[in-house]
Amino acid sequence: MELPIASSPAFLYTGGRPFDPEQPAVVLIHGAGHDHSVWNFPARRLAHHGFSVLAPDLPGHGRSGGVALASIESLADWIGALLDAVGVERAALVGHSMGSLVALHAAARMPRRTDRLVLIGSAVPMPVAAPLLSAARDAPSTAYAMINQWSYTPASQLGASAMPGTSLTAMNLRLMERQADGVLATDLAACDAYQDGLEAAAKVACPTLLLCGERDQMTPRRAAKPLHDALMNVPGGARVAVVPQAGHAMIAEAPDAVGESIRSFLDGK
Amino acid sequence: MTEPRTFGPETLALHAGQSPDTDCGARAAPIYFTTSYVFPDADHAAELFNLERPGHVYTRISNPTNAVLEERIAALEGGVGAIAVASGQAALHLAITTLMGAGSHIVASRSLYGGSHNLLSYTLPRFGIQTTFVDPRNPDEWRRAVRPGTRLFFGESLGNPGLDVLDIPVVAEIAHEHRVPLLVDATLVTPCLQRPLSLGADLVLHSATKFLGGHGVAVGGLLVDGGRFDWEASGLFPTLTEPYAGFHGMDFAEESPVAAFLLRARREGLRDFGACLSPMNAFQILQGIETLPLRMRAHVANARAVAEHLDAHALVERVAYPGLTAHPDHSLAARLLPDGAGAVLSFDLRGGRIAGRAFIAGLRVFSHLANVGDAKSLVIHPASTTHFRMSAHDLAVAGIHEGTVRLSVGLENLADLTEDLNRGLYAAERAMQA
Repeated sequence: MELPIASSPAFLYTGGRPFDPEQPAVVLIHGAGHDHSVWNFPARRLAHHGFSVLAPDLPGHGRSGGVALASIESLADWIGALLDAVGVERAALVGHSMGSLVALHAAARMPRRTDRLVLIGSAVPMPVAAPLLSAARDAPSTAYAMINQWSYTPASQLGASAMPGTSLTAMNLRLMERQADGVLATDLAACDAYQDGLEAAAKVACPTLLLCGERDQMTPRRAAKPLHDALMNVPGGARVAVVPQAGHAMIAEAPDAVGESIRSFLDGK
Repeated sequence: MTEPRTFGPETLALHAGQSPDTDCGARAAPIYFTTSYVFPDADHAAELFNLERPGHVYTRISNPTNAVLEERIAALEGGVGAIAVASGQAALHLAITTLMGAGSHIVASRSLYGGSHNLLSYTLPRFGIQTTFVDPRNPDEWRRAVRPGTRLFFGESLGNPGLDVLDIPVVAEIAHEHRVPLLVDATLVTPCLQRPLSLGADLVLHSATKFLGGHGVAVGGLLVDGGRFDWEASGLFPTLTEPYAGFHGMDFAEESPVAAFLLRARREGLRDFGACLSPMNAFQILQGIETLPLRMRAHVANARAVAEHLDAHALVERVAYPGLTAHPDHSLAARLLPDGAGAVLSFDLRGGRIAGRAFIAGLRVFSHLANVGDAKSLVIHPASTTHFRMSAHDLAVAGIHEGTVRLSVGLENLADLTEDLNRGLYAAERAMQA
């Protein structure tokens, strides 16, 4: 569905079922250079099991208007504006990579409006390698190749796809190519600049699930430890689940494991 | 920090799309000879049907062996995915029916495989889909043929049987000016000689029966989606951009901006038209693809030598092979097919039909049959076989004469091939003198 958020048109994917304000809401926040379509399988799973899904294209991404926002803080504010626009008082926030930082910061800003928090492929800080930052700015096709090489495990770069008949890396490449000029560079710079993650974690007031890819090279499990430690001490606590054999692109590489982990956690299991 | 790199075609041809079997450790792709797949429980079944999780339900829609083939050709072509179907013709039919319905229109190259010409010229008009055929070398003809209902441009990398080289970047640009995709039949080049998606095409099809298999034992087709065409921005493809009541009310472009075409083609086209590929055929075609890069190099080397041999013979009036400097598309081939212009060529014998029949009868190594792309050398007389439904005028327009002979040059010893051709040419000469 489409509606104006912060004075720009925004697109929200609802997982194949109409948005129902009577059901618990869950916001799925995509990562750098992506759009809502990275959430297809988990979004449909949640939407068919009692949740109202809101998977936005962030400003300047996919079908949403406006320009890409330059900071995690402004993206977190935009998530608040999204909840206002849809008329949702409380929601679970789920984010992948850059989206996990947005979800974390939004949960810290809106502790009373956040039911549960799921951070996928996350780490704070989330430094982005200088060659990737400069490639995203000056040579996007090189940046796309770097991201594919580091986000997908060797097995899924060359072997069988988790989605029969498709090439996960080619799908990711085309998705990044479709974003407007400069979007990836803006997103990665926002990740790199975000330094308030541990401070934000201390303000979270709901249970958190950290999903880590066993073979994630972008945000390896050890990089998530400071975040886990910080979240363990907040009222809701935090736990880590490892997605076996998966890299940073774990939503694409292990859609069943990721979808089931999110659903179980949101169901309170 | 290491530079990112991708795998070369030789590696992809052997590995792409397949991981060693996790249950038994099988290195080769297993043949999943099953029509259907057991659901662990009712919830799992519902989740598969609702696309809440990927997986297989019924082999008409998808199969693990076919998936290896689909992912392998997608990797070789640089596409986001592919669909394996029963034949190359089924791939063309699937592409067209996914994109359009009655009242639509196609602009196609005049130099097409006879079977494709039949579908477009005779069969589809019965279902309300018209085609305008154009000179593939004339950009203005492509442009002028566009109508409000046009939904697809279609051509062959190497036009059968005159071996016209399609100027993919130029034709793709014209197609995109009119907000429609370009579909390229790349059967005669394979991804080892040309990757049409990298030149601007949007969709690629193969008759996998030909060079991809190479052995001539399995009929099959493949349809590859490049994932670049923006169906939403085009606004001309409601099958991809509006909710489909026949499948959960899904708006395919909303579901997946980059793979909308594949989603609809599989979820509707395979489901309803049912032209699925047998997993056995998928396995056999995979065996062929493993050696495709090696074979194509050998095919091209033999074809080039055979073309030069024929070109030097007094009884041969003209050889159509873009690798020869006399071919009108020679310079275009050098640009778009730098590793070789394939292994199919045609030539005109002096002496017309009588000479052509005697030539074919005199051959011992070349097999007279209606196919191309086998590891074995093949020969056919188009005017009496593949193109027999075309009028004399249409034949002439497609560059075919009564004495035109088409060769698919195989992997035999080159001296054996040239000796066989000499034998045929001698027989033709004797027939002309009689």
